[in-house]
Amino acid sequence: MMNLYSLTIKEASDLLAKGEITSVELTEAIFARIKDIEPKVGAYITLCEEKALEMAKASDDRRKEGKVLSEIDGVPFAVKDLFLTKGVKTTAASNILNDFIPVYESTVTTKLWEAGSVLIGKTNLDQFAMGSSTETSAYNTSEEYDSTTRNPWDLERIPGGSSGGSAAAVAADLCVAAVGTDTGGSIRQPASHCSITGLKPTYGRVSRYGTIAMASSLDQAGPMTKTVEDAAIVLKVISGHDKYDSTSSKSEVPDYSGKLQADMTGIKIGIPQEFFSEGLDDDVKETILKSIEEYKKLGATTVEVSLPMAHYALAIYYILMPAEVSSNLARFDGIRYGLSAIKDEALSAKSLEEVYTKSRALGFGPEAKRRIMLGSYVLSAGYYDAYYKKAQKVRTLLKKEFEKIFETVDLLIAPVSPMPAFKFGEKSEDPLSMYLSDVLTVPANPAGIPAMSIPAGFVERDGKSLPVGLQIIGPAWSEQMILNAGFAYQQATDWHKKKPDIK
Amino acid sequence: MSKLSIEQIEHIARLSRLELSGDEKKLYSEQLSSVLDYVDQLSEVDTEGIEPTANITGLKNIWREDKVEESGVTHEMIGQNAPKFEKDSFVVPGVFE
Repeated sequence: MMNLYSLTIKEASDLLAKGEITSVELTEAIFARIKDIEPKVGAYITLCEEKALEMAKASDDRRKEGKVLSEIDGVPFAVKDLFLTKGVKTTAASNILNDFIPVYESTVTTKLWEAGSVLIGKTNLDQFAMGSSTETSAYNTSEEYDSTTRNPWDLERIPGGSSGGSAAAVAADLCVAAVGTDTGGSIRQPASHCSITGLKPTYGRVSRYGTIAMASSLDQAGPMTKTVEDAAIVLKVISGHDKYDSTSSKSEVPDYSGKLQADMTGIKIGIPQEFFSEGLDDDVKETILKSIEEYKKLGATTVEVSLPMAHYALAIYYILMPAEVSSNLARFDGIRYGLSAIKDEALSAKSLEEVYTKSRALGFGPEAKRRIMLGSYVLSAGYYDAYYKKAQKVRTLLKKEFEKIFETVDLLIAPVSPMPAFKFGEKSEDPLSMYLSDVLTVPANPAGIPAMSIPAGFVERDGKSLPVGLQIIGPAWSEQMILNAGFAYQQATDWHKKKPDIK
Repeated sequence: MSKLSIEQIEHIARLSRLELSGDEKKLYSEQLSSVLDYVDQLSEVDTEGIEPTANITGLKNIWREDKVEESGVTHEMIGQNAPKFEKDSFVVPGVFE
């Protein structure tokens, strides 16, 4: 029998149903794996072994009584440390929340626990989900390297970000599945760099309640899993209307996993030229072109398309996102929770104003500060129209362009990232070069459309094989079609089954 | 380049309620200026007569009954995360002299 920690949700669920394994055994296997590998990889900020075993035991008890809650009952999950978990420390990987214990639970995690799954721990991320490498985290989770999360495929490289801990945890078998959030690529880019499946749903598919907000008009939570089939299972669990998030949609949640089918006959795939130009590594391009050939073999037709506005997506994003950040992060005032100049005598805040300025100066990392200030600037008197309003207008054009393209094709296929995972420090000194690494994932967010990253092959760098992800983008509410296309690819290829050899 | 002067950075930091060191001001002036140079490319796009999109859902105001619901969250629970909490209230330095 294979190692229990390598199981997918589907496999674990089947074995649990047959009574061949228990949730406690599965959870113990994961924690044994964590003891081995986690000191190197550093996927987690907080591990919840005791709680996990209690939850697993409760699941096993339910099963004995024939009261199984769902397909994921008893399945161990990793949760990005951006989702509020009642009673379990939640940091957003920032010092400003280093001892914050939420008093309520996010809707995404509530749905996971109501479905019976088990919380393994809270995963590392770029601070407040701001970054593409997990390097902006305030937490050096890799004990052996005294650094932020390492990429399981090459420990000298970053795992991607911002959901880098969740991606590394899934890739290194430190959980069965994970959830992350995606504001400009934060599920898809680390999924690509770690060779896992990551889906950003349509804006409004998943409730944002209790997820620490970065940019509220762009943020979406989604599954990060070992297979497309697992992503479909998780999406079904976490989707749906929530009275605590008015932007969550009332549209019915399909049985994504039940309806999965691999027939690509008659599906028309667009190849957006703009996604194959700007600074794309040759071998990454080759890898994606090969996967497009695979889709032709599967019966899909392909056609080159053009999305000129995609070129402006990153510029739109770096105005709208910081604007929303500056507003959302205003809540960290040093008064109600988090790091505070009130508590810290050394900071000697003499006035209310100084409580704000000193708490925030000490609590926020440089990337959060940059984005807050950029946001304050583009929203400030005299610049609002030139930056913020202008970006909102170009956003309208981008959204319309996608809508028009999807009148002629069913899906778009593109790379996720222009390059494989880069090395620590390679981009962290130059914010703009870090921002540019998101150029291919960002367009889906201002347009609000769903997109998924699936493993599509490997490229060589310094003698190491590094994963390359394929991005499937669809119109709003086309999750089923995207999942079907990913499922078809994973039926025909075995890139998603490759495992890193962690030394 | 360096569109943002140190004075402008100080103004933005004040709006952002952030205390910055001298080194930070210099660094952010360079870094933010290069981001602003990049986003300036939006000026190439003709947006005459285009409506801005703040939210892609197209939803307008969503109303609910103004009814009190039990949250299960007590003052005591909230106070546990606060730096200073007395008599069900957050304690802050005086606002008036």
